[in-house]
Amino acid sequence: MLSQIIAVTGVNIRSIRARLGSSSVAVIGIAGVVLVFVAVLSIAEGVAATMKASGDPDVVLVMRAGADTEMTSGLAGDATRIIQDAPGIARDESGAPLTSPELFVVVDHPLKRSGSPANVPLRGVTPEAFKVHKNMKIVEGRNFEFGKNELIAGRAATRQFVDLTIGRSIKWGENTWTLVGIFEDGGSVAESELWCDVKVLQPAYRRGNSYQSVYARLASPDLFTTLKDALTSNPQIQVSAMRAPDYYGSQTETLQTIIRTIGGIIAILMGVGAVFGAVITMYTAVASRTREIATLRALGFGSIPVVISVLVEASLLAVLGGLLGGAIAYLAFNGYETATMNFQSFSQIAFRFAVTGKLLMTALFYALIMGLFGGLLPAIRAARLPVVTALREL
Amino acid sequence: MKYFPIVWRNLLRRKFRTIFTIGAVFFAFLLFGVLMAIKSAFGMGVEMAGQSRLMMMDKVSIVNPLPASYEVRLRQVPGVTDVTHANWFGGYYQDVHNQFAIFATEPESWLRVYSREYELPEDQKKAFIADRTGAVVGTDTAKKYGWKLGQKIPIQGTIYRRPDGGPWEFTVDGIYDSHIKGADKTQLLFNYQYLRETIPEASGFRDRYNWYVFTIDNPDNAPEVAAKIDAMFANSPNETKTNTEKAFVSDWAKQVGDIGKIMIWIVGMAMFTILLVAGNTMAQSIRERTNELAVLKTLGFPDGRILWMVLVEATLIAGVGGLAGLALSYAFITLAGDPTHGLLPAFYFPTRDVVIGVALVLTLGLASGFLPAWQASRLRIVDALRRN
Repeated sequence: MLSQIIAVTGVNIRSIRARLGSSSVAVIGIAGVVLVFVAVLSIAEGVAATMKASGDPDVVLVMRAGADTEMTSGLAGDATRIIQDAPGIARDESGAPLTSPELFVVVDHPLKRSGSPANVPLRGVTPEAFKVHKNMKIVEGRNFEFGKNELIAGRAATRQFVDLTIGRSIKWGENTWTLVGIFEDGGSVAESELWCDVKVLQPAYRRGNSYQSVYARLASPDLFTTLKDALTSNPQIQVSAMRAPDYYGSQTETLQTIIRTIGGIIAILMGVGAVFGAVITMYTAVASRTREIATLRALGFGSIPVVISVLVEASLLAVLGGLLGGAIAYLAFNGYETATMNFQSFSQIAFRFAVTGKLLMTALFYALIMGLFGGLLPAIRAARLPVVTALREL
Repeated sequence: MKYFPIVWRNLLRRKFRTIFTIGAVFFAFLLFGVLMAIKSAFGMGVEMAGQSRLMMMDKVSIVNPLPASYEVRLRQVPGVTDVTHANWFGGYYQDVHNQFAIFATEPESWLRVYSREYELPEDQKKAFIADRTGAVVGTDTAKKYGWKLGQKIPIQGTIYRRPDGGPWEFTVDGIYDSHIKGADKTQLLFNYQYLRETIPEASGFRDRYNWYVFTIDNPDNAPEVAAKIDAMFANSPNETKTNTEKAFVSDWAKQVGDIGKIMIWIVGMAMFTILLVAGNTMAQSIRERTNELAVLKTLGFPDGRILWMVLVEATLIAGVGGLAGLALSYAFITLAGDPTHGLLPAFYFPTRDVVIGVALVLTLGLASGFLPAWQASRLRIVDALRRN
C-alpha cells in the first residue's frame, strides 16, 4: 500500500510539469489569498508592536477619573503635586520623585504623503520627563532648552510630516517654534510626537497651570496597587491610574477592531473563494488524467493511493502558493512605515507593517487547509471512476 | 433562443465544474461588495458632505475652541446665510467601549443647517428645542441600546465633567433617521446651554466652540468667502481655518491614510486572482470542445451563431455567480451594516458601485467566452476535427 501511494504520488508530482498552466493558476490563487491575509493582518501586528514598545511596565499613567485618553484628561497643577507625593513612586539620587506631568495637545500640520493637514501630537514636558521615559534619547541635534520656543521631533514624525528638519522654524498661530533635535524612543508611539517645554506650551494653548497626565515610574513593579489605591482613595483628587502597557493597549482598540474585523471578513471570503479556485483546478487536473488514473487502477493500484496522491498534489500546490504569497507580502510590506489616525485621540500615530513569523506560519497553515479542502472532492471523484468507462474516455 | 438546450446541456456536461466555477465567481463578487463598502467607509462619508456648507475651526489646532463672539461676525459676512456651531463631547454609555459621536450644539440652527441630513418628526424637533437637557439620537444608537422616546439616559463625559463627577443625564426627545445612504445614524446631539453651565468661567473655555458650520448662498463662492473670513480673524488670538465641509471630511479621511488604500488595493488584486482562476476554467471548458464546435460548423452552423452560443454559456456562468454574489453582498451590507458596530458608519454599498459590479460580471462572461470561441472559429474544420 505504502509503495503504491509513493508510486502514484510520484507520478502525479512529476506530471505537474505537464499541467503547468492549470497548476500555476491554483498556486497563484492561493498565493493571492495568503498575500491579502498576511498584508492586512501585518497592519494590525504593526500597530500592536508600536503600542507594545510604548508600554514600559514600570511606568504608571495617571489621568483624571473618567478620561479614556490623555487628550480628554485634565489635571490642575495642584493635583499633579499631590500625585507626586503618592507612595510607590521611585525617587532619584536627590530624593525627588520620578514623575512627569505632561500636557498633550494636537497641532494642525501637513502630512508628507497627501499634503493635507493632520493632527500632530504635541507634548509639553518638564525636565523630569527624561528620567521617567528612560528609553528616550536624542539622536540628532540637541534637546530643547527649557523656557524657549524650541521643539524636538520623534524619528517617525519627521518621516510623516513636512518640514520637520533640524533648524527649521515653524509658525503655529502666534508662536514660532524652532526644531532643534530628533529623538528615538525604542520605536514607541512617542516617536510620532513633537516634544517641547510644558511651561511654553501651557500659555500657547491657554491652559494656565494645568496638565493632562502624570507619568510616574514605580519603585518596584509590584507597588502598582499601592500607588493606585493611594491615588484613587485620596479625596482631594479624582484620578485613575493605569500601567502604561494597559493604557497603550487600550489606545488602539478602535483601530485594531476596525482592521481585524475587516481583515477577518476579507480573509474568510477570500479563503472560501480560493478553495473553490483550488477545487476547479484540481478537478481539471483529475479530469485531464482520467484515462491515466483508470490505467493505474486497471493495473491493480487501489483507490486509496489515488485519493492520497491527489491530496498530496493539492497540498503541495497550496504550500507553494502559501510560500509565494508570504514571500511577496514580506518583501512588499514588512517594515513599510506609514501613519494613521488614532481614533481615540484623533492624532496621528506612525507604525511599521510587521509581517511576523507567527503570521506567516498561520497563513501557511490556512493555505494547507485550503489545498486539502480543494483536493478532497476531486480526489474522491478520481478514486470512484469506473475503470471501464474511464478507459473508454477520450 | 432555440439553441438554448444545447447551451444548457453543455453546462450540465461537467456539473461539478460548472457549480464550482459559479461558486468562485460568486465569492469574487461577494468580495467586490465588501471592497466597495470598505472604500466608502474609509472615505468617511465624503460623498455626502455638503459643498455649500463651510466649516471653520482654529487654525492651529482643533483642540483650541473659538470664541462664541465669532458667530455675530460670521453672520455679517455677505453670502453667509446661516450659522451654527458644535463642541465635541467625548462620552460613553455605561461602558467606556460604548462610544459614539456626541455634539453639544445650538439645536435650532443645527437642525436648520442640516435639515436634509436629519429626518426628525416636527413634534420631536419642537420638544428637543424646548428642552435644555434634551437630546436627539440616531436610530442606530437608539436601537443598539434600546432607547425609547422620553427615556432618561446617563452619559459619562470624558472631557466635560459634572461638578459631582457623575454622569450627564439626557432625555431622549427625538430619534432621527436619514434616507441618505451611509449617513451617520449613531450621533447624539444636545443643547450647548446644558454643557455651558458646568464650565467654570475661570477656565477660559466657557462660550467657546470647537467648530462653526455655516451655509452660503452660492457654493461657487466658497473659496472667496472662506478666504475673506480667515482674513477677518487673522492676527487675532484665535486665527481660523475655513473650508468646505467636503474638504474637511476629505482631509479627515486622508488622516486615516494609506491603510485604507492598501487594503482596497490588495483585496482588489485578490478578487482579480479569483476571477482569473474562474475565467481560465471557463475558457478551458470551451477549449476542450474545439472539435465539437467543428462538428457544429460541419453541420452548417455559421460562425456567428457558434460564437453567440459560447458567449451565452460563459455569460450564464458569470451572470449566475456574479449577480448572486452582488445581490447577497448588497443585502448583507444593507441589512447588517457596519461590521464594527459604530466605528465605520459610512460602511455601505453605493449604487454606483453596484452598476460597476454588474458591468464587471458581463465583462468576465464575454471575455472568458470570446477568446476560445474566436480561436475555434479561426481554425479550419478539418484541423479542428483532428484535434483531440
